[in-house]
Amino acid sequence: MYLLFILLFPLLIGSALLIFKPKNAFAISLAASIIELAATAFVLKEASLNPVSFSAPWVAEAGLSFSLYVDGISGVLIGLCALLVPFIVATTANTDRANNAQFQGLMLAMQTALMGAFLAKDAFLFYFFFEASLLPIYFLAAIYGGENKNAITFKFFVYTLFGSLFFLIALVYVYLLTPGEFHSADIDVLYQTAKGLSADQQGYLFAAFFLAFAIKMPVFPFHTWQPDTYTVAPAQGTMLLSGIMLKMGTYGVIRLVLPMFPLGVATWGLTASILSVIGVIYGSIIAIQQKDAKRLLAYSSFAHVGLMSAGILSGSIEGIQGALYQMLSHGINIIGLFFVIEIIERRTKSREIAQLGGITQFSYPLTVTFVILSLGSVALPLTNGFVGEFLLLKSVFDQNLTLGIIAGITIILGAVYTLRLIQKSMFGNVSRITADFADLTFAEKAVLIPLSALVILGGIFPSTVLGFSEPAVQQLIQWFK
Amino acid sequence: MTAIIALSLLGILNLFLGFWLSRKTIQAATLLFLAGSMALTALDWNHELLWYGHMFHTTNTSISFSLIIQLAAFMVVSFSKGFGIDEEHTHPAEYYAILLFSVVGAILMVSFDHLIMFFVGLEILSVAMYVLTGSDKRNLRSNEAALKYFLMGSFATGILLFGITLVYGATRSFYLANIAVAIANTPPESTPVFLSIGVLLILVGFLFKISAAPFHFWTPDVYEGAPTIFTMFMSTVVKAASFAALYQLLSGPFGTMYGTWVYPIYYISMLTLLVGNITAVYQQSAKRMLAYSSISHAGYMLLTVSANQASTPSTILYYSLSYTLATIVAFGVVMLVAEYQTGRTEKPENFSSFEGLAKQNPGLAFCFTIALLSLAGIPLTAGFWGKFFVFSDIFNRHVYYPVILAIVMSAVGVYYYFKGIIAIYFKEGDIERIELPGLVKFAMWACTLGTLLLGVYPSIVKNLF
Repeated sequence: MYLLFILLFPLLIGSALLIFKPKNAFAISLAASIIELAATAFVLKEASLNPVSFSAPWVAEAGLSFSLYVDGISGVLIGLCALLVPFIVATTANTDRANNAQFQGLMLAMQTALMGAFLAKDAFLFYFFFEASLLPIYFLAAIYGGENKNAITFKFFVYTLFGSLFFLIALVYVYLLTPGEFHSADIDVLYQTAKGLSADQQGYLFAAFFLAFAIKMPVFPFHTWQPDTYTVAPAQGTMLLSGIMLKMGTYGVIRLVLPMFPLGVATWGLTASILSVIGVIYGSIIAIQQKDAKRLLAYSSFAHVGLMSAGILSGSIEGIQGALYQMLSHGINIIGLFFVIEIIERRTKSREIAQLGGITQFSYPLTVTFVILSLGSVALPLTNGFVGEFLLLKSVFDQNLTLGIIAGITIILGAVYTLRLIQKSMFGNVSRITADFADLTFAEKAVLIPLSALVILGGIFPSTVLGFSEPAVQQLIQWFK
Repeated sequence: MTAIIALSLLGILNLFLGFWLSRKTIQAATLLFLAGSMALTALDWNHELLWYGHMFHTTNTSISFSLIIQLAAFMVVSFSKGFGIDEEHTHPAEYYAILLFSVVGAILMVSFDHLIMFFVGLEILSVAMYVLTGSDKRNLRSNEAALKYFLMGSFATGILLFGITLVYGATRSFYLANIAVAIANTPPESTPVFLSIGVLLILVGFLFKISAAPFHFWTPDVYEGAPTIFTMFMSTVVKAASFAALYQLLSGPFGTMYGTWVYPIYYISMLTLLVGNITAVYQQSAKRMLAYSSISHAGYMLLTVSANQASTPSTILYYSLSYTLATIVAFGVVMLVAEYQTGRTEKPENFSSFEGLAKQNPGLAFCFTIALLSLAGIPLTAGFWGKFFVFSDIFNRHVYYPVILAIVMSAVGVYYYFKGIIAIYFKEGDIERIELPGLVKFAMWACTLGTLLLGVYPSIVKNLF
């Protein structure tokens, strides 16, 4: 029942906001997301002892059930989702979006879709939320987005939907092979069934599943929707996209692809890893050349997720653990960084890196938090990024030395574009548009300081999360070892 | 069964009511009649009975389809406001009566056990539709549509009748059960060739009625020319009835001839999906886009007919219902906006006249969005499960290429349905608040909520069998 609550509560409040359009939408939305965080924390506490589950009949005559499940793996992701949404809501404080009931309502509806995808134990339920999450984010981006928003958000929608249709068809294929008159789409049953398929079949199915997730993450060469969409979406939409939504892709690979198609991964995993690593390097190189700070972060996110994908596809315990930890860290870092850019844009009306400079003279707290978040992003030891990135690189090294070495370059390239961004914006000479840069407000500090603290805490105490997820990962590994 | 007698009598009563009562009262009376006949239909639930010398057969499947047909008619009547024609030239009683008669025809089409009964049902429905298409009699395009529909329709009916004759010649019976026995008892080598030809000719007649490519050329013109309210009726009632009848024929008496009819259906469904979806992309008019969309949905439904699984009738039922609910809202909104825009813009049904609809009419915009999402097959709406059940049925036959094509075409579908959504939400326009009569509001929200309910909990319908 707790699971049902954390799933539906945001949607309930969100739809109330959409329908009744109250004046104080910000307060309601923030309170709801904090209640959601508390409830999720409670569920996670339970889940750290024993997996928590909930099940109800859904489409009985098709063998589909409404079953939710929290173990170490989904626990990390619902934790991430519940943790980030209050911060994302808080970033709207004192803007014209704060009390925009429609905006807040869509964000909360989005949270339910994301939570649902992470909680689902029935593969169709997963698909259902996986797709449903497109609607609120599409409307967020298309209503509140920037220049040329219609064409870009539309491309995003059609592109991702197209990929997931192949996922759907492959899923139906496996589902129809499950035993019983009505079949079943329970994840455990699917694992069992898919195991019996031939290497050829698994190869095709792997391709169909991976295509959907590769588009969502995105992995090279399916990323063309991503930089445009991240740039054009409102800051909060970008945060939802990069902080949480792309993790549906990586989570899908961990939860469905690896245990269902071990033979498919054996055949095609290396190819997919190579594509992911190409994305890592390609994304980093393009990020170095970006003039728009938000676009730079979009490409950096593309590079980071490529490494996660490569680590997961290695199929080792380090790879999966590292990816889980990195999903959490990347979520925290990237929404912090996007918020910093948003703050700069609010004050200077510009995201052009070349036009900025010398902000540190006006706002010391902004510089400090920006530097901490960036260091987390470039994976400096004692930051949260280090733990995940280290484990991921190790897993790629173990799988293929050459690939590991190439992927390792990302640390250098990551440092180049991130430090360049800090240097050009925070230090150097004050430019015309940064001349009267106002210091951070209380609301802005209230977001950036806790996020920075999490970067450091995550670097010092990684074992809290890694220990939480380990039993589930061990169990998952059994399916394909 | 009592429902068809009641509807026929009430239709005649409706004609007489026209002498004394105003349009509003007749509309209310028609709604009442339909509600009553739905109740009568539902009373037969779980009573499998044969009527009229075993020519008419009520089963739970036929009752479900009859209910969908009457529900569609109910919603269409709720949306009608004098059929978009000015007061003095309106003859509401006639149109409502013809509507009721055509519902009788549609019910016969889903509950026949005899080919002549089927043919009578089809003709009652078709002739009524020819008249309704041309009901906007001072509009040139409505006349053109009616003539086109009539000529093409009669031709198709002729082919269908010829097919029935050949089947009769080969099996010496019009009764479905006897035909099945005759076909099963004839050894394959002595089966007359004209039996297969007969089946294929019947199929061609059907393909015309459901507007499958390459027999679809009449559809866009007729759908566009007819008054929107009757387009709404045509695209829902005619489709649902024809598919139910097609499935009943193919799976019943011709079930053993699976090999004869399944390949034509595969190729035709693929062609239909391609033609419907790709042509829809290029449409500027929302009404014409919906016409092509109805062609493409015929493609999906043909696929499930070809699967011929135990779950197929419930899939067709589910798909018809979800398609009906969404299509009624979609055409309804097109009709309301076009009426508002008449005189303000040259082409009131184009996407450009929808621009900015969401600003002053959030409810209308929301319903239209849900309808389009459902037609596109996005989760949370009934359309998603419709597609899911179709794919799952066809996969059980281990047929893959049509499904892959269907998937690619679903993505194309998203493209043109979203044109409408983008126009109403993200383009600037100056549409003021459109006042909706209570009935229209009720029908619109009932269909929208139904779409959402079926989208979250599809078991309600799938459980019926």
